Amino acid sequence: MQLKTDRLHNPASFFAAPGFLMLAIPRSMHFEDALPLQSGAAIRGYDLSYETYGRLNAEKSNAVLVCHALNASHHVAGSYAGQEDSTGWWDNMVGPGKPVDTERFFVVGVNNLGSCFGSTGPMQVNPDSGKVYGADFPVVTVEDWVDAQARLLDRLEIDSLAAVMGGSLGGMQALSWALRYPQRVRHAVVVASAPNLTAENIAFNEVARRAIVTDPDFHGGHFYARGVLPKRGLRIARMIGHITYLSDDVMNEKFGRQLREGLTLRYSTQEVEFQIESYLRYQGDKFAEYFDANTYLLITRALDYFDPARACGGDLVRALAPALCKFLLVSFSTDWRFSPRRSRELVKALLENRRDLSYAEIDAPHGHDAFLLDDPRYLGLVRAYFASVAL
Amino acid sequence: MEIIAALVPAGSRVLDLGCGDGELLALLQRSRGCTGYGVEIDDANVLACARRGVNVIQLNLDEGLAMFSDASFDVVLQIDTLQSLRNAETMLRETARVGQTGIVAFPNFAHWPNRLAVLRGRMPVTRRLPYQWYDTPNIRVGTFRDFEDLARRNRLELLDAFGLQDGAEVRWLPNARAGTAVFKFRRGS
Repeated sequence: MQLKTDRLHNPASFFAAPGFLMLAIPRSMHFEDALPLQSGAAIRGYDLSYETYGRLNAEKSNAVLVCHALNASHHVAGSYAGQEDSTGWWDNMVGPGKPVDTERFFVVGVNNLGSCFGSTGPMQVNPDSGKVYGADFPVVTVEDWVDAQARLLDRLEIDSLAAVMGGSLGGMQALSWALRYPQRVRHAVVVASAPNLTAENIAFNEVARRAIVTDPDFHGGHFYARGVLPKRGLRIARMIGHITYLSDDVMNEKFGRQLREGLTLRYSTQEVEFQIESYLRYQGDKFAEYFDANTYLLITRALDYFDPARACGGDLVRALAPALCKFLLVSFSTDWRFSPRRSRELVKALLENRRDLSYAEIDAPHGHDAFLLDDPRYLGLVRAYFASVAL
Repeated sequence: MEIIAALVPAGSRVLDLGCGDGELLALLQRSRGCTGYGVEIDDANVLACARRGVNVIQLNLDEGLAMFSDASFDVVLQIDTLQSLRNAETMLRETARVGQTGIVAFPNFAHWPNRLAVLRGRMPVTRRLPYQWYDTPNIRVGTFRDFEDLARRNRLELLDAFGLQDGAEVRWLPNARAGTAVFKFRRGS
């Protein structure tokens, strides 16, 4: 009882207490200087949205950077004041008493350039032209994002990261951090990721992009001025994406061949007949309400381009040679979009480089989505790994 | 465990196949300045290794050691692992391929209490082999002497071979007098 009363009288410890709601406060940082991009172009006068959780210690040795994947943001954990439904996308992973314990670590989440959740992206005005970027937003890569994140950390006066972590595309950023800023990273946690995308994976991205750019409301990416949104394209892009994030098993278990209504077929080719159709349409509709079409194109392209071995003639061992940090890699048995085989390629190349690493292959039924879900083996392992991170 | 640890030269780069909860690797790191990785299939053991701060790679050894290149470790350990592998001979060859030196330990089926049990017409159930025949992870039952043959067949050069019983080395009649067989070997020329 005493403990409870103390928490109530001290708002800071109230929010920091395990099991209690953690308050998230979105912030923004402006960068006037031009950031050179991999394409040869540059971007200047941009903003990055970010959030932090926990407290940076006096030695500034407890910072953890969390990188987001396709449709997530800087809002990693906690909730916004007065908005109970606004829980961050990795709230089961990050927070007080969570695997990445904000009682011990200072966690930073950043929204990437080109995204649509507050950082400068295609919806914002280009300071050079005075016009909305739209389709003219420069093509950004994983490396560009990492460079932008590094500048943010410079401003936050964080020289060295206790860890950088991410799943999927976020894992690619974590890996890229280890290669671009080896002196600044002590641990890299790379979950459900890959050294690059396979042809099949690029193919899925291309279908999604074609769905968007062939939407009559896309207008070559300059749809904002016309007051329309290419929602049809976005819906289909999301539907195909969503299929690839799940596994056949989990889809069958969740929906099987269930009909949406009753037991009799309606013999209609247009109406929603099966539950899975209804689910995908719902997911597509929801996504099209909040996600920007140009951002979808940019981020899927960044996925396609990521390939650190490319500069080394495809030699992943040589490509990973600059990394100095320790690694934790995790994959999920039913993830076919970023399969365990791809993670093993990373493990093999890191072994050849004699890096410290641990690798777990979690036998989970949920496909690629598993990296966001509660699996006690997965969360327990990340917890144990972070507990061993020296500050 | 101390005796097996003593077979590993200080500062070695070690691969421990079927490393369990990582206790041996932790000991080797702590007391002999070794580095390396454990390989485990079991989730709980992988977690236990992470808790100890031991590098662990989750793999099914029955799928082979394709992830590890030739002679990339000073020492490859197979402590109480061989007897539960479907492809025991392949793994022995793989151990010799990946490591400069291999160290294998497994329950010796020719230990006299086991022989006695079989003479009585029953499969042995002992402290060393605590499982019933119908419910045991030990799918390979072999003897000290059997392993010598297998090593010869695979052109392994034996560097040391002895038995272990009650925490002590057994060098006189190990095939009958030791519950555990220990072999240290390298690829023969």
